[in-house]
Amino acid sequence: MLSTESLQKIDREIAKYPPGQRQSAVMAALAIAQEELGWLPSEAIEFVGNYLEMTPIAAYEVANFYNMYNLKPVGKHKLTVCTNLPCMLSGGVDAAEYLKSKLGIEFNETTPDGKFTLKEGECMGACGDAPVMLVDNHRMCCCMQPEQIDKLLSELE
Amino acid sequence: MAILGSINPLLTVGLDGDNAWRLADYVKRGGYTALRGILAEKVPPGVVVDKVKKSVLRGRGGAGFPTGLKWSFMPNYLPVEKYVVCNSDEGEPGTFKDRDILRFNPHAVIEGMVIAGYAVGASRGYNYIHGEIWEVYKRFEEALDEARAAGLIGKDIQGSGFDFELFAHHGYGAYICGEESALLNSIEGKKGQPRFKPPFPASFGLYGKPTTINNTETFASVPFVLNIGPEAYLEAGKPNNGGTKLFSVSGHVNRPGNYEVPLGTPFSTLLEMAGGVRGGRQLKACIPGGSSAPVLPAQVVMDCTMDYDSISKAGSMLGSGAVIVMDETTCMVKALERLSYFYYEESCGQCTPCREGTNWLYQIIHRIEHGLGRPDDLDLLRSVTTNIMGRTICALGDAASMPVQSFIKHFQDEFAYHIEHKKCLVPPEIQRAGSGFFKATF
Amino acid sequence: MLDIEIDGKQVQVPAGSTIMEAAQASGTYIPHFCYHKKLSIAANCRMCMVQVEKAPKPLPACATPVTNGMKVFTHSELAIKAQKGVMEFLLINHPLDCPICDQGGECQLQDLSVGYGGGSSRYGEAKRVVFQKHVGPLISMQEMSRCIHCTRCVRFGQEIAGVMELGMAGRNMHSEIQTFVGRTIDSELSGNMIDLCPVGALTSKPFRYSARSWELSRRKSVSPHDSFGTNLTVQVKNNRVMRVLPRENEEINECWISDKDRFSYEALNSSNRLLKPMVRVDGALREVEWNVALDYVAHGLRDIVKNHGGDSIAALASPRSTLEELFLLQKLVRGSGSDNIDFRPRRRDYSSDGKLAGIPWLGMRIADIRNLESVLVVGSFLRKDHPLFSQRLRQLAKVPGNKISLLSVAGDDPLINLHQHVSVAPGELPLSIAAVLKAFVQISGLTTSVDLSDVEVSEGCRAIAESFLGSGPKAIFLGNVSEQVSCAGQLHALAQELARLSDASFGFIGEASNSVGGYLAKAVPDRGKGHNAYEMFAQPRKAYILMGIEPEFDCIDPQMAVGALKKAELVVALSTFKSNEADMYADVLLPVAPFTETSGTYVSAEGRVQSVSGVCHPAGECRPGWKVLRVLGNLLDLPGFDYESSEQVKNELLPEGSVFLEGLSNDVALDIVPLSVSRQGLERIADVPIYFADALVRNAESLQKTRDASAPVARLNPATLKDLGLAANDPVRIIQGEGSVVLNAVADDTVPRSSVRVAAAHASTAALGEMFGTISVERA
Ligand SMILES: Cc1cc2nc3c(=O)[nH]c(=O)nc-3n(C[C@H](O)[C@H](O)[C@H](O)COP(=O)(O)O)c2cc1C
Ligand code: SF4
Ligand code: FES
Repeated sequence: MLSTESLQKIDREIAKYPPGQRQSAVMAALAIAQEELGWLPSEAIEFVGNYLEMTPIAAYEVANFYNMYNLKPVGKHKLTVCTNLPCMLSGGVDAAEYLKSKLGIEFNETTPDGKFTLKEGECMGACGDAPVMLVDNHRMCCCMQPEQIDKLLSELE
Repeated sequence: MAILGSINPLLTVGLDGDNAWRLADYVKRGGYTALRGILAEKVPPGVVVDKVKKSVLRGRGGAGFPTGLKWSFMPNYLPVEKYVVCNSDEGEPGTFKDRDILRFNPHAVIEGMVIAGYAVGASRGYNYIHGEIWEVYKRFEEALDEARAAGLIGKDIQGSGFDFELFAHHGYGAYICGEESALLNSIEGKKGQPRFKPPFPASFGLYGKPTTINNTETFASVPFVLNIGPEAYLEAGKPNNGGTKLFSVSGHVNRPGNYEVPLGTPFSTLLEMAGGVRGGRQLKACIPGGSSAPVLPAQVVMDCTMDYDSISKAGSMLGSGAVIVMDETTCMVKALERLSYFYYEESCGQCTPCREGTNWLYQIIHRIEHGLGRPDDLDLLRSVTTNIMGRTICALGDAASMPVQSFIKHFQDEFAYHIEHKKCLVPPEIQRAGSGFFKATF
Repeated sequence: MLDIEIDGKQVQVPAGSTIMEAAQASGTYIPHFCYHKKLSIAANCRMCMVQVEKAPKPLPACATPVTNGMKVFTHSELAIKAQKGVMEFLLINHPLDCPICDQGGECQLQDLSVGYGGGSSRYGEAKRVVFQKHVGPLISMQEMSRCIHCTRCVRFGQEIAGVMELGMAGRNMHSEIQTFVGRTIDSELSGNMIDLCPVGALTSKPFRYSARSWELSRRKSVSPHDSFGTNLTVQVKNNRVMRVLPRENEEINECWISDKDRFSYEALNSSNRLLKPMVRVDGALREVEWNVALDYVAHGLRDIVKNHGGDSIAALASPRSTLEELFLLQKLVRGSGSDNIDFRPRRRDYSSDGKLAGIPWLGMRIADIRNLESVLVVGSFLRKDHPLFSQRLRQLAKVPGNKISLLSVAGDDPLINLHQHVSVAPGELPLSIAAVLKAFVQISGLTTSVDLSDVEVSEGCRAIAESFLGSGPKAIFLGNVSEQVSCAGQLHALAQELARLSDASFGFIGEASNSVGGYLAKAVPDRGKGHNAYEMFAQPRKAYILMGIEPEFDCIDPQMAVGALKKAELVVALSTFKSNEADMYADVLLPVAPFTETSGTYVSAEGRVQSVSGVCHPAGECRPGWKVLRVLGNLLDLPGFDYESSEQVKNELLPEGSVFLEGLSNDVALDIVPLSVSRQGLERIADVPIYFADALVRNAESLQKTRDASAPVARLNPATLKDLGLAANDPVRIIQGEGSVVLNAVADDTVPRSSVRVAAAHASTAALGEMFGTISVERA
């Protein structure tokens, strides 16, 4: 199901925890699986569960609890915009509106060319740099005024 | 560089340059002297705890609980594995100080955690880092590698015989994992649902073992407490509020960012440091301690000093030190609607009052904001919040209720106007100007 | 003990109690949903809020430990306000359609909302809609909008059933109880979740909307399936069993029952019931009146005795028959001059017969299992053979320091935190116990007269021996397989020796509801005189009386049994169901009442005597078995058949008011023969799948749709498959004696290498021979 490279990464995570606590690595393992597959089909969740000696439903509970796991396929790039109050006060909602009209999609939708999926995010702990956007979960973009958004979109392949 | 200003700083001194986060830089700034001293002189753990107690370092994660006292609850005598856990799951809207501490001074956190491990008899630690700040998580892992290579964590640290392993664990998008017991469940590989307390983590924590859990800033402050001495640290703040604190100022200010100032610094000074209200507009309200803290109207907050006691007297909480500034362009109904949506969305779903109540609150505020409010909605809101508060497993229920209560208390007229006129007191174009996003248009 | 005050009442409770426990002990009711005495504390519903002196906020009674001098108010203004507040929250998203809800009348939410709910709802928004889920034939999740997120079902799976099949996925008000994407719920204890669900979210699929709870009369009964003596409440409407629920008995089943106990009642109402006597006329079975059938039987038996002697008659009874039926059957057979009577159809080795000091049994009381520290179970498909016994062991294994080991013939996961699980071919079971014995002797320095010189000690067996060194209470339990294999006597003797040396209790878990009672009823041949259940087919008789048994499924060697029956002159079957096989061999079918339609007695594994009365009238022309046998006895002019009630029969066997049987003993005077493995070819491992174990479950429609009822396959170790040149998923021909069947091969590395696992008790394998005999496999 997963590449040896991903499995090695997961093994490295497992090693962080005391013996008999493989389950502790589930969040990391799901993130690693998602990085490889782009999203988490239920087979991947079950695979990770088995690998960590968890029942599939226990792994599924985890995958469903945390927002950053993609339980459905997403576009090539997932853009998550924080619209929480501190960001909103500094343009977070406006940035989201700007993106929606530029991409022609609403939240939780993917552009017809499959390039972008737009998500609404909760506080990312970077409110001083509002508007804040997360690109593909792992890249934070700060102070996203219209020019910066335009630039980002044109850069993303 | 996001530490934008300071007064008599401790934690943020010398954080210039791209390499401030590196071990070498930290050591140059005097880093790891506290830890090395303790280990070399074999200072008894109890003495370390006493020093932290004396400094009146209070938890920087929200509740402001005295750190030394918390450490003293650990059953040091029990011959079982114990854990030290750092809470870097900073997700409280308005708070972004831990991110900067980890970005620019990660070794202070590591040193603080190792010292804590020594003090409470733990030999393993985890730092739980908010999933959204992935780059910071990666950097922290690098800092850990540096510390491990330098023999500052791991087996037999500095030849002292003291072992302490430290790892980073990342979140992946759940605010509730900032709540300490949810965080522990999350490390254990479960859903991040809070646990009923008692038992507290000090007796039943990670993997059921005694655990000390503190906020990033709390741990990062520990080396400084020991370096300058507990008395000097207490002096740096004000009585019962030891030391300096990082304040994350966001919203309608000219220079949003982090500021390290002594506890007790006037709010007005902090606001000034942050460049004052954006566009020279009028201050309307301020949430002084993260979104869960009650909002204070301008005239009240302007009289406060930034410390646990003063803010508490004014009817709010210092919380995590997140100062959310709102000027006259703010529609308070819309602001509350967004916060209520947040709590509804982030409720873990476990206990009834929070699961059902946060949804209900949001529904009511949403309909008021959308011109469908009913005359008795404010009473209903008050009643629903009283039915949530104090009856939930964790404090998220309270956190969701306090903004509601304080918004409708201090801005009752604005809510009433909304309900009666089915529209906002603040005209939409003025609201739109507030964010400064569409500079070209306004 | 701590002194506390609840609503002004002084109460003494042990330290460590919660307010909820203290309140229950003192008879004070605190409303609650998520709390359940057998489950871990979740404290999530928040309904049990009470006021505690000096506490500023109300506290959840279920999770708050009492402290000395604590004053608790369960009905103060603060407490009531909190409880009402929670109730309002619970109701805002709950459908308020009690009149059409299946749970109506037995819903905790409905009951409590009467006391704590407000008048009209202040919630004007749309209610949450939760989509239904399909989770198998037993549990309905059609109405998940009713769920109140108490997580009792989830905790039940994790803690009692030992497998987490349900979880609460998602978060906030959108969290939903569900299985992993599209999975069914397969636990053999799953039905208990229906009882645990305080609202109508999880309901019984077979029962749904078939009756309202207040229309049902509740009658006491006892499970006729396994040897546990599980207490049941059977609910009846219009003389029809509508539902079976647990009857709480802390000493036996606690508050649980297995799915077999719960759902087998469907068979009672099945169209497959035999409702009228039938006699073979011109080659075909025809319905006749009772007197015709009974006359036919009486004449037939008389003739055969006259022409061939009494020894030409044999009787075989199900170990699930009542004590009274078993007793009268043996009386009838012996009265006719035969000693060929048995109630142990799945037994192969009878070497211990006549050498037993008493009636073999569990060796201890079920309730005392909780005190054990070390346990060794030998030869058992634990979960499927004994769901509730396994549940007790599961809880036992959670206590730190306790060590539960399993010495089995298959790697099936018992979902118990085992100390050791050693799995060997059936023929090697004696060697493995001997290995444990040898290791024990070596470590303890004790001596045994058993010659163990050729025995090799594996690591697993040594670890088991080590777990038996301590001074705490220990037990060895012999499971069904241990009684079915051809080395049963040796296993018995070896277990006895290990128990003697290690000062452990030892005994038999017992296959069926009267595995102990049958001995009391003397439904076994006297040593040296009669033929046992194996011999009566190996040396075919002229006439057979079958009681409650379908030899094609229930015998150790169905091929041989059916062969003998087909050749017999007279086969009389006292049966509750029609069957295709019986059509082939039976000459007379007499419809007898199942456990719900007759009075009778069961003696469980622990020797507990439990009598039940019928909960409804016999269906059609069914008659209680004891009555049928009485009339037959009368027709045959046998003395001592003038019983007027089943109690009279019972009183002949047991002192009035017996709770536990006297004369129980597992001591056996049997020499242990030199141990060696002699293996020719492959050995069959035959499990009895849980929903094929007796006629009742075989006829229960919904149970037959479960995963556990799926058709048998041939399980082989991948290495064995390779040796045989076969591939996994190939169809293979399985051959035993003259019979063969074609099954799919499945690679299963838990099957010992010299074995093939092929289930018994199923139509698709009925053509085969001995359950643990030699077997061959070839490409089909
Ligand atoms: C809903 C909720 C969210 C919380 N989020 C955080 C957080 O993001 N970071 C944090 O340090 N503490 C958070 N806390 C507080 C922690 O539970 C805990 O009190 C804190 O980590 C203790 O550290 P301290 O004593 O150093 O402050 C949160 C509490 C609640 C109830
Ligand atoms: S959790 Fe709730 S239901 Fe459960 S007992 Fe406690 S408070 Fe009650
Ligand atoms: S509110 Fe957007 S990052 Fe905090």
